[in-house]
This record gives sequence, structure tokens and C-alpha cells, in this order.
Amino acid sequence: MSFLEYRVKFAPTGFAKVLYVNWSLYLLVCACATIGWLMLYSISGGDMQQWAEPQMKRLGVGMVLSLAICFTPIWFWRSMSAAAYIVTFALLVVVHFFGAVGMGAQRWIDLGFIRIQPSEFMKVSLVMMLATYYDWLEDRKVSRLIWVIFPVMMILVPAVLVLMEPNLGTTLMLVVAGASVMFAAGVSLWYFLAVMGLIGAGIAGIFLLRGTPWQLIHDYQYKRIDTFLDPSADPLGAGYNILQAKIALGSGGMSGKGFMQGTQSRLNFLPEKHTDFIFTTLGEEFGFVGEISLLSLYAAILVFLFWAAMQNKDRFSALLLIGIGANFFLYLAVNLAMVMGMAPVVGVPLPFLSYGGSATLVLLLAFGLAQSAIVHRLR
Amino acid sequence: MRRPVRDLEDSARRINRRALFMGGCIAATMAVLAGRMRYLGIDQTDAFSLLAEQNRVNIQLLPPARGLILDRNGKLIAGSEQNYRVVITREGAGDVDMVLNRLSHLIPLTESDMARVLKDIARNAAFVPIPVADRLTWQEFSSISLNAPALPGVTPDVGLSRRYPRDIDFAHVVGYVGPVSEKDLEGIENPDPLLHIPKFQIGKIGVEKWKEDILRGSAGNRKIEVNHVGRVMRELERTEGKSGADLTLTLDADVQNFLQVRLGDQSAACIVMDVQNGDIIGAVSAPSFDPNLFVRGISNDNYSTLMENDHRPLANKVVQGVYPPGSTFKIVTALSALANGQIDVDTTVFCPGYLDFGGRKFHCWKTGGHGKVDLARALAESCDVFFYDVAQRVGIDKIAEMGKTMGLGQRHDLPMSAISEGILPTKEWKQERFKQDWRIGDTINASIGQGYVLASPLQLAVMTARVATGRLVVPRLVKAVDGVEVPVDEALPLGMPTSQLDSVRSGMTQVVNGQHGTSYAARIDNDALRMAGKSGTSQVRNISAAERETGVVTNTDLPWKARDHALFVAFAPADAPRYAVAVVVEHGGGGSSAAAPIARDALLRVMTGALPDPMDYPENQRARIETMLKELRLRRADGSQPPEIKA
Repeated sequence: MSFLEYRVKFAPTGFAKVLYVNWSLYLLVCACATIGWLMLYSISGGDMQQWAEPQMKRLGVGMVLSLAICFTPIWFWRSMSAAAYIVTFALLVVVHFFGAVGMGAQRWIDLGFIRIQPSEFMKVSLVMMLATYYDWLEDRKVSRLIWVIFPVMMILVPAVLVLMEPNLGTTLMLVVAGASVMFAAGVSLWYFLAVMGLIGAGIAGIFLLRGTPWQLIHDYQYKRIDTFLDPSADPLGAGYNILQAKIALGSGGMSGKGFMQGTQSRLNFLPEKHTDFIFTTLGEEFGFVGEISLLSLYAAILVFLFWAAMQNKDRFSALLLIGIGANFFLYLAVNLAMVMGMAPVVGVPLPFLSYGGSATLVLLLAFGLAQSAIVHRLR
Repeated sequence: MRRPVRDLEDSARRINRRALFMGGCIAATMAVLAGRMRYLGIDQTDAFSLLAEQNRVNIQLLPPARGLILDRNGKLIAGSEQNYRVVITREGAGDVDMVLNRLSHLIPLTESDMARVLKDIARNAAFVPIPVADRLTWQEFSSISLNAPALPGVTPDVGLSRRYPRDIDFAHVVGYVGPVSEKDLEGIENPDPLLHIPKFQIGKIGVEKWKEDILRGSAGNRKIEVNHVGRVMRELERTEGKSGADLTLTLDADVQNFLQVRLGDQSAACIVMDVQNGDIIGAVSAPSFDPNLFVRGISNDNYSTLMENDHRPLANKVVQGVYPPGSTFKIVTALSALANGQIDVDTTVFCPGYLDFGGRKFHCWKTGGHGKVDLARALAESCDVFFYDVAQRVGIDKIAEMGKTMGLGQRHDLPMSAISEGILPTKEWKQERFKQDWRIGDTINASIGQGYVLASPLQLAVMTARVATGRLVVPRLVKAVDGVEVPVDEALPLGMPTSQLDSVRSGMTQVVNGQHGTSYAARIDNDALRMAGKSGTSQVRNISAAERETGVVTNTDLPWKARDHALFVAFAPADAPRYAVAVVVEHGGGGSSAAAPIARDALLRVMTGALPDPMDYPENQRARIETMLKELRLRRADGSQPPEIKA
């Protein structure tokens, strides 16, 4: 679609844009953030300064940026996507060579006032880049091998860099979110089936080569898989986190132990309770009811994103919305699965709840893009 | 670039189809997640709630106070002492080095102490209190309390620890406590959880060990809420334990002290019994040791000194030491002959100084022989030949039977460690033990308490008490538990005619009081307190025929280890027996000279309830006795030791 077509059809301009923003989506985000704020307040034992307030400030800044993005026409962002991709990619390369080491992995660039985690930003840049690519590509060429190789490279090259940090969780999210955009764009199903077959073979390889000099992943990752497969085998060591998380969630019961009454979190049995494992505190203090409520909020957000994608006739916008939706879903699904002991612990935060700058900021930027696509949909 | 509308429409339709498909996948995943939430939070909630509670709540045992051990008059034998300690926490101290340095000016701290504390601090969480020093004096303790503001993180602390105020006097009977060891735990089937408390003290030997169940008490507990590293957040519930029961022993602390001092550093044992109820008034083994050393954990040096001493200070010779009873066993031989009708009071035997049996000569101690002797003289002058002769008539099995009746050859059930059974040989016993037939020579040796016969001082005292009363007196050590008297059943009669017992008793009276009695020198010169006894001198070596020719080497010329054991059993007053005593002085020489005076002192001490009066001794001994008694370093009334008198 070219700039000219936007002239033919109607798109809101000026202050009218405010009316076309999907405020329900922002409202849902705020609801999630409120839950997160309550949880951070509870986990710190009623201390506002420790986590709750900084997180609120970040959300505030993120929201302003998000709105700014939202009111900027989507075609501007489409034209920026290649640049965004290249800049993010460059940052990944920088982090690879000069990045700060945290938790055994090179993930950050420390600019003093903020720590940038380029791999998080890559989640959005990649989706933008792929959406732009498929918007540009003629429909009939989509499934041709040569035209499939380009987007696969766009996904894999940064993914490999992220994997080398090493950050398995983000790598998986990049690959799956990228694949989702390709799938939505209409790439032939056979490619996906073939890749799944290859992945199956790869997993078999990972396990078969274990202990040999050619083993494919780190020992600590093997250990995480082992722990995942049987956390009870090592309840004081590697399995401790998962076991304690399950105890917290399970002991919450139907309606939980009450706000700020969670013994698991208050007595510090929970690991990473303000970041990746924040859901455990929610489960412990508000029980099954609290958990399902949060899941419903997330579901509603996903419904809005996908509904907006299906309504949008602009290919870039639709694919962008789907990509953002897929990313959002991956965040929450991987986090919840890992916290509930259904997946290895890979270090993925829970959207809008976990304490942390990059992920929150990236999610809000992505939602800004999504809103821009919604506002500037041709009607 | 322009695209046909159709292309766009197709494309949008396909995107929608695939988005719907993806939405379906997402919905399915969300359903799985919701199912998992339900499984954890609802289906499994009971199990996980329990686990959460286990995480949160720790149960801490509160060790009970150990019961006291008291003497028959309520004097403290074993008690709990306040142990002043100092602990330090890293989080409180901040700069641990600086605080320790300051502390070292107040209490003695060696370099290695400091190194240990620093190591423990590094190894534990910041809030864990690390003991710096214990068993501080009150002065050191109060100086730390006073300087508390300059010593952040340092807490003075008071614990309880066992203390034996009369240190060596009761070491063998009462024993000592020590920290639970792996070995202790192995022997117990369902160990009390208390035993798993680090450094928890339990009885290791003696009364402390055998009355452990009464003394220990039961643990209380407190439920505490802890966080993930075990820091106590608050106390939820507290149940106080039950302290152990106090034990009152039959022993008299002052008698015990008198005996211990009287035995001095000889290798000896002495036991005094109340013949009316079997109460053991005193039971002393010398030399002794300080049980307090073991409570604190004895140093290697101290321990090897104790182990290398050839007088065996660690052994409780009263019950553990078994000796050939020598002539004291003649009481048993005489009683069995009387009971079996082989002799009566008037039966006489001619003693030429030896008994010739099948070409082998069995000597009497008196080389020239006693001539014609009856039972009373045979006992009084300890004629061996009389008993050689009588024993052959009775036979060893009957003698052993009588020995059993009198309390020999059996384990008396007392709460003491290593109680020996002794040996009362029979034909069957020898066959079993050595696969040899019994010989008459064995009977002859046994008749005078040599050969295979072995008895402990405790058994000899029981024997004496039974002769004195004619009843089956049973020894006992525990008088009361928590102030409640342990009932004593009246002892059953031996079932022997009084006349037979009287003939032995009068023989024993003659031993001490007859002009020709072997122990005439050890008589009590007070008609109301007269004692009756029997001496025994048991050989620990063989005297060869050649030596007998040239004259037996006297004890003083022999190395200590080869000298005879001196034994003496006695009861008093002779005509209305109240107390029985048995004394063994290892390698002490003659029973009359080495053991009998001790027995006399012991009996006088218990009968008069005070230091013996020199007037009760034969006139020619009074001066010597008075000096001897004066020099005894007895405890003061409060149990403390008087200062050593410099010569």
C-alpha cells in the first residue's frame, strides 16, 4: 500500500486520533500494571520505595512513549522498521563484545542512567522488519524458497547472537515470534512442518550428544532441563526454585492467604520473587481466583490484538499486530509455564508485573505500535 | 508499488485465517495454563499447604534441666552449673576483627580461638550466633556485660552444664556425663530427639548412665517461624519440658569423703553397707579422678596420665575389680560345711602345717601348724588346713552353692558400670571353661579363696552382711527418686539355723577380738562398737617349693605388682550388726595389717557418725591414730577442699 492509498481512504488525523485509540487495551495494561504494583508492594513487605515506586515511574515513562508512538502514523513506523532493525542488531553486536555480564550472561549495555538490553528491543524490531518485508513482498512469491530464506536469516542471525549471550528464553521468543509472523504472512505450511521435524531431530541430538565434547548447550542449561524433568530430585539445589514456586502457588488454594500474608514470599522462600517469579506471590496471596483473573486480563489483551489484526486490511499493520500479539503471548505463556513447573526456568518476565526496565519498556513501545496500527487503520 | 485489490483481499483473508488458527492455538495453551493453575491451587492445595507450613515452621527442642544427684542427707553430688558463655553474630558485630580484638583484652583468647571464631563466622549466616568462649568466670562475664556498648554483636549467654562439686569422691559410683556420641546413638533403638541436639550431655558411666532415663527429663519445644535461611522471625508456640527427677543415693557424702581420703593413693577399694536394708553408705575406689574433666572433654594429656597409671584410677574397683578372696572365703567354706552337716561347732582337725594330698603338699600359712583346731580357732587364726580338710568332705559344688547364697558369683543389680560377676568355680564350670576335669587340689585351693575363686569387694560386703544378719540382704544405691522413698522389702532369711551362723560369727569375733586372732591389732576397744571380721591375704603369684625351703620372700621385698592383695571383711557392732564393710588393698600385703585398719576406721566412722574417736582404739595405738586422723585432708562442711597442709 502506498502513501497515496491513505488519501483515498479515511484515516483519522489530529485530535480525532484520540477517539480511535483502543483505550480498552490501555486500560487492560493499566489493570495488569496495578496488580504488578500491588504485588511489588507486598513482596517488599510494604515498602513503596524498594520496587513499587521505581516500577511505577518506568511504567509512566513507558506510557508517555507509547502514546507518542501511538499518535505517530503507522506508515512512518513502517518506514522506520529497517533502521530500527539495523540499529538493534548493531547494539546486539556491541553487547556481544562489550556488554556487561549479569547472571552469567552478557546482556546489557550500561549507559549509566539506564541499562539497555538489546535482545528485548530486538523482539519488536524483528516483528517490524518481518512485517515490512512481507508488506513489500508480492503475495505469490511468499512461499518461494529464495524469499523464505531472507526472513529466516533476519530471524536467525540476531537469534544466534542472543543465544551466545547466552539467553535461551529470548532466543526462543525471537524465533517463535518471527515464525508466527511468517506463518501469518502465508508461508507454506510445509516449511513449518519441515522445520518442526528438524527441531525434533535437534532435541534428540541435544540429548544424545550430552556429556560428549560436542554437547550443544551449556551444562547449566542441561541442568535446568533435568531440574524441569524432575525437580524433586534436587530439592535443595537446582530444583529449589521450582519446588518453592509450586509450594507457593499450591498453598494459595482457592482465594489465597490474603494480601501481604504470603508466608512463602514474606519469609523469602521464593526465588526471584519480584522479577520472574512474581506470579508465585500473586498465587499465594490471591489464590486461584487471582491467577485466573490475571489470565483473563491477558486473554482479553490478546483478543483485542488479534481482533485488531483481523480487522486491519493493511498487511504491515496486521502482521505487526499479530507479531506483537505473539510476542506478548510468548512472554506470559513461557513465564507461567516455567513458574508452574511445566517448562524449564529460562528467565522470561511476566508482562507488566515483573520488576524490570527493558521488558516493560519494550512491551509498552510495542503496544504503542499496535495502537498506532489501530488508530491509523484505513476505514 | 501498486497491487491489485484482489491480491490485497486474498492476502487479508489468508492472514485472518491464519490469525484465527493461531488464536486457537493460543486459547488452547491458555486453557492448559488455567488447568495447571487449577491443579496446583485446588487439587493439590492440601499437600502444598502442608509443605508451606513445614517451610515456615521449625520445631526447636528445649532441653530439660537434668535431675540432681544427692547423697542420703541431701548433699549435692551432681548438679547443674551455670555456664557463662559469650557468643557473637556477624550482622551485629560489623567489623568482627575489631570486636574480637577488644574482646581479647577482657577474656583470654588465643590466636587459635580467634581463627576458629572467624572460620565459623564465615561459614554461617550473618545472624547465627557463634560461641567465642565458655566457662567464663563471673568476673570475666560481668566485665563483658559492662563493656557491652563497645562490643557490638557480642551477647553474654548463660547455659547449664553438669558439675560435680565433690569431684573425685563420687567419680566411680556416679560417673559423669558427656556429649552424645555416634556410638551412644547406635545402641539406642528410638533415640529421644533430644539426643540429636549438638553437645547434649548424657550419662556416660555410673549412676549418670544407668539412671539416665530418670535424670534426663523430657524435652519441651517451641514452634518458631523461620525464613528461608533459618532466621527466627517469631515464636508461635511454646511447651515447657519436664526436668529430670532428682535422685537421692544411699551414699553418705561425708563417709564417702572420709573413705576416699583414708584410702589415699593406694590402689584400693572399700565399701560400707547398712546390713539392715542393704543401703550402700560408702563405696570408694582409689585412686580416683575428677569427673569434671570428662564433662568438659578431657585433654589428651590428662587422659593418657589416667590411662598409664598402674593403679588404674578409672576402674571402679568396688564392683569391677575381682580378686581371689583369700581367707575371707573361709566364711563360705565353713557355712557350707555346717549346712551340709559335715562339721559342727566341736569338730576338730589336726593341722601339722600342711596337708599331704596324693604326694602334693598344701601348706598352711603358719609353717609350724596350728595343732588341733576347731571351727572358731580355725577362723580366728585362719588355719588353712582345717578348711582344706573340711572342703574335701563337702565338695566344691556345695561350697559354690553356699557362695551363691551369700551373694558371690553373681551380678548385683546396681546402677553402676562394669559390674563384675566374679567366679564361683564348680565342676561343670571348669569343664566348660577349660575342658578339664575338676581335681581335688582345685577344691583345696578354692576352700581358702585361692585358685579359681574371684570376688569383688561389693560381693564380699554382701556376703558379710548376710552372715551378720542371717538374711538375704540385697545391696541398693538409690534411696529416693524426686523425694519419694524407694521401698525396701524386708530381706528373706537365709534359712540356716541360728546356731550355725552364730558359730561363724563368733569365729569372726575371735578374729579381731581374740588374743590369737589374726587381726587382733585392728580391734575396736569399745564393747558397744566391737567389730567382727575376717582377714584375707591372697597370693597373686605361685610360691615355689624352693622358696618355701629358703623362706618365703616377704611382701616388702617384692615388686609392688607381685605383692599379695590385702582383704578384710567385717561387720559391727559384733553382737548387734548394723554395718558391714569390705576392703581390698591391691598388692597391699597382709589383710590384717593393710586392710583391717581401714575397715575399722570405716566402721567407726559410720557407727559414730563422726570422725572416729581415738579412745575407741587400743591404748597403744591411740597416739598414732590421733595423728593419722588429724592429717586426713577431709572436706569442709560445705564440700570445699581445705588448703593443703605444707609439711
